[in-house]
Amino acid sequence: MSQAESNKPKLLVDGKRIDGRATDELRPIRIVARVLNDADGSAYVEWGKNKVLAGVYGPSECIPRHDQSLYRSVVRCRYNMAPFSGAEEHGRSGPSRRSRELSKVIKEAFENVIISENFPRTQIEIFVEVLQSDGGTRCAAITAASVALADAGIPMKDLITAVAVGKIDGQMAIDLGKEEDNFGESDMPLAFSLRTGELLLFQMDGLLTREELQKGIAMAKAAAQKVHKLQVEAIRKVYEEPREERFLPVKGALEK
Amino acid sequence: METINEIKRDILSSLLSQGKRADGRGMFDYRQIAVHSAPLQNAEGSALATIGKTQVMAGIKFDVAAPFPDRPTEGVLSTSADLLPLASHLFETGPPGDDSIELARVVDRGIRSANVVDLNSFFIEDEKVLALYLDIYVLDHDGNLIDASTLAAMAALLSARMPKIEEGKIVRGEFTGKLPVKDKVVSCTFGKLGSRLFLDPSLDEEKGMDCRLTLSTTDSHLCAGQKGGWGAISERDLMEMVDISLQKGKELRRLL
Repeated sequence: MSQAESNKPKLLVDGKRIDGRATDELRPIRIVARVLNDADGSAYVEWGKNKVLAGVYGPSECIPRHDQSLYRSVVRCRYNMAPFSGAEEHGRSGPSRRSRELSKVIKEAFENVIISENFPRTQIEIFVEVLQSDGGTRCAAITAASVALADAGIPMKDLITAVAVGKIDGQMAIDLGKEEDNFGESDMPLAFSLRTGELLLFQMDGLLTREELQKGIAMAKAAAQKVHKLQVEAIRKVYEEPREERFLPVKGALEK
Repeated sequence: METINEIKRDILSSLLSQGKRADGRGMFDYRQIAVHSAPLQNAEGSALATIGKTQVMAGIKFDVAAPFPDRPTEGVLSTSADLLPLASHLFETGPPGDDSIELARVVDRGIRSANVVDLNSFFIEDEKVLALYLDIYVLDHDGNLIDASTLAAMAALLSARMPKIEEGKIVRGEFTGKLPVKDKVVSCTFGKLGSRLFLDPSLDEEKGMDCRLTLSTTDSHLCAGQKGGWGAISERDLMEMVDISLQKGKELRRLL
């Protein structure tokens, strides 16, 4: 938010954003479930230029055993960015403070919906790899992880759907891209359980009024309905068009 | 786990003694191989290679770095490998283990020995050279990670573009042309059980076999080798694998 004002580009011109979107318009999203062979469940999400891969293992024996719970499955999450995922310099390997925080809040969101009391003494592991980042990777990560959990057959009360909302040039807009995130006034990643309408992930930075916050949540929730449809479609497709091979859909989806 | 591996070894042994493999392949046949070039846009080079169900992505990033003191005019090539926890129930989170370090070093040796990348062309000015970071990202593990990683790495190098340099800094998103690549290195990895040799071990075969041998080749030369595992290799076996590697190498290079 505190980027030098001097090199800040205009984020809104005649109600249109840098990439031509309206303020309530999502970037193009594509979701493919069941792309990995060894993982119990997996999903690949392209969200604008973000490319995110999620894999889920479990329920399996909880190791180390002192982490076991007699009452529920232990949910673990690792959100990680590939060192080649950014447009800038080569990333450092190993978890950063940022990725550890995101892993934590993503895990906590899923602890709400996973019916973990069905599987005492076990663990459920969620791994998300960001292969390419362009602002909004945590929302893409949650959306992918949710589909991967469903693909793994892990019982959940609901899918989780995430959409960010923020403020650019004084206006609320959903699904901020990288430039908008860097130069905008506020960013607020949200994840919903749409069945109940409740928030399972809430973060924000920058300055918002009470009214802006309320409007932003409504805008994000409306957009989340669209993302949710794509999540359900991706899971349905696995069963409607069963396929032997499980591969990252490079030809169709990964290419420009 | 150990019991299962013993059973796998027995099955593998009895199949091999009849000249057969579990998936019906010939002794010196690869599983199906596919190489997809440049699936990512933020990375300066990228590729996805699959051998059977094994999937490996490679990404390339350039940075400006200080040269090594003993080679002040040469650029830096740095190869690393991540065995991602989503790729296999056998992989764990944490710092790189022995297997990922070996994988990265074997791939690196082939590329370095054959001078695939001309590091002298990476000189910028005194105390400033280009560093090429080659990251191998294992997404799905079903055996023979070395050959899949070498293919992905080589394809990523072939897809890579040279960044534009201005005032000693990289201008991101602008390029001066393709990365000059001198030769195409590919590797052939064999398994050995008892007296039997076979090419491209699957994960099941890896669990049962005595040892493996990798030979990397260019069109005319051997350029790297690595034996792994406790088994022993006779000189006759070695020469047989050398001949097959040189011949199979030509087929693999056609995929790049």
